[in-house]
Amino acid sequence: MRTDLQIIEQWINPGSHVLDLGCGDGTLLDYLQREKQASGFGLEINPDHITTCMGRGVAVIEQNLDTQGLQNFDDQSFDVVLMTQALQAVRRPDKVLDEMLRLGREGIVTFPNFAYWRLRWYLMRRGRMPESETLPYRWYNTPNIHLCTFKDFEALCYRKNFRIKNRTVVDGQHQDRWLSRLWPNMLGQIAIYRITRQED
Amino acid sequence: MPDSLPPDSVGIVTPQTLHFDTPITLACGQTLDSYDLVVETYGTLNADASNAILICHALSGHHHAAGYHSMEDRKPGWWDSCIGPGKPIDTNRFFVVSLNNLGGCHGSTGPISVNPATGKPYGPEFPVITVKDWVDSQAALADRLGIQCWAAVVGGSLGGMQALQWSLSYPDRLRHALIIASTPRLTAQNIAFNEVARNAITSDPDFHDGRYYDFETVPRQGLMLARMIGHITYLSDASMGEKFGRELRNQAYKFGYDAEFQVESYLRYQGERFSESFDANTYLLMTRALDYFDPAYEFDNNLAEAMTHAHCEFLVLSFSTDWRFTPARSEELVNAMVAARRKVSYAEIDAPWGHDAFLIPTPRYTDVFSAYMARVAREVNA
Repeated sequence: MRTDLQIIEQWINPGSHVLDLGCGDGTLLDYLQREKQASGFGLEINPDHITTCMGRGVAVIEQNLDTQGLQNFDDQSFDVVLMTQALQAVRRPDKVLDEMLRLGREGIVTFPNFAYWRLRWYLMRRGRMPESETLPYRWYNTPNIHLCTFKDFEALCYRKNFRIKNRTVVDGQHQDRWLSRLWPNMLGQIAIYRITRQED
Repeated sequence: MPDSLPPDSVGIVTPQTLHFDTPITLACGQTLDSYDLVVETYGTLNADASNAILICHALSGHHHAAGYHSMEDRKPGWWDSCIGPGKPIDTNRFFVVSLNNLGGCHGSTGPISVNPATGKPYGPEFPVITVKDWVDSQAALADRLGIQCWAAVVGGSLGGMQALQWSLSYPDRLRHALIIASTPRLTAQNIAFNEVARNAITSDPDFHDGRYYDFETVPRQGLMLARMIGHITYLSDASMGEKFGRELRNQAYKFGYDAEFQVESYLRYQGERFSESFDANTYLLMTRALDYFDPAYEFDNNLAEAMTHAHCEFLVLSFSTDWRFTPARSEELVNAMVAARRKVSYAEIDAPWGHDAFLIPTPRYTDVFSAYMARVAREVNA
């Protein structure tokens, strides 16, 4: 399993009821079901991913966050709401974050850090929109329409009064490196945040 | 007629009639002391009877879901596209049971059967049957076949309602319910269409208040109209447009009221064929069963509350151009299951054929259906 998923997995208590927004092929939910007796659903729009989820026994619901929203889910009906590598691709990330914490006690999000030094260097040297292994698209066909940095994300959390319970960074191979922990906004490639509205 | 049977066909099948002597009490309060159910089975029941799949039919369906009755058959069973070796409901792995429901007109006890009390056909005296009653009779069938727990109960449209009712009536007697192109209850518009169909039948002079058997006649015109209106709701605007457009049977308008457009003659043909093979009282009964189905009703119209009584897992599928039971109706059901924390998967299949799409194999439909059923098979070691 990818390192970012391994990190997330450690933040999820056994028996949790989980909603995974953009669950992909269901790897994480499948793992959580088997190893942590978790229950819950994945939302997905990619037909092949949906088929894979169904084949492996992950409950998957075809639903588009941008066009259908999440109004069909009740307040605080999940322990954890996850969104891995999809925040930057939704139409209104701020509203999705609000919704995540409406539905769940806790939210876990991962996203590519646009302030990563290689991206800064790319932009500075070439003067063109960066392309990289984590962002392998051109500016005109990228699904990543709301790229942000660590600092941007934390500023948004501050504005919205979200409490950051944990944060960590991994590199493009999803490896956890001490250097990127030292200076995440410059050296971290992928951000992983665990947020909540509640004080505990 | 096939010269030889396709390799992915269940082959030549023979229906059997099972007689039940244990009385069944119906939702309407009446009791049927005994009844027959006509059944077909495909595949082999395994040693622990864990690989059984129940197929529930829709309004005009019956027990003949797959394969051929003889080499002379023009067409295979109504869901042959999905049942057979290597198909989504893989008969190499599953034992498949398909029946004609109570009140039907293909051999199971219904309005055309002889009422033992009078020695004459039941006709309008045959009790109104509900989806719940069907499920009760299907449970008696499961007992007879030695099946304590279905690996899955599967149905499209009205058949999907039966699968849903199974999950509530007998929560521990099925592992999975597959609810395809269905709805947790009819809308006013759905009921309105049914009412037009019923009115067409009951206002036919040959209907004789349902006693047309005594008059050796059939309300053919009424049945034909009922089928024509029904058929329109099974198709989509796009699929009708593609199939017929404004094509004329002859070159020019005739300035009369005979069937001039191809779509008119198609509907008349479908209606006529149906009126020759289907019983009018059964049509009334089936449409009423559709109208009455509403599992949320006894839970203060709270479908999520109803769903907390289910234990099985669910697959819900809808089709993009189905305007009879729209994707929104399926989503309403899925939302109730989510709120009740039942395990449910849902996909909306993009297909142009309207409600009928659940009978037509398309790559994505087949993929999703097969993937889910393969997992069901693994679960029961089939």
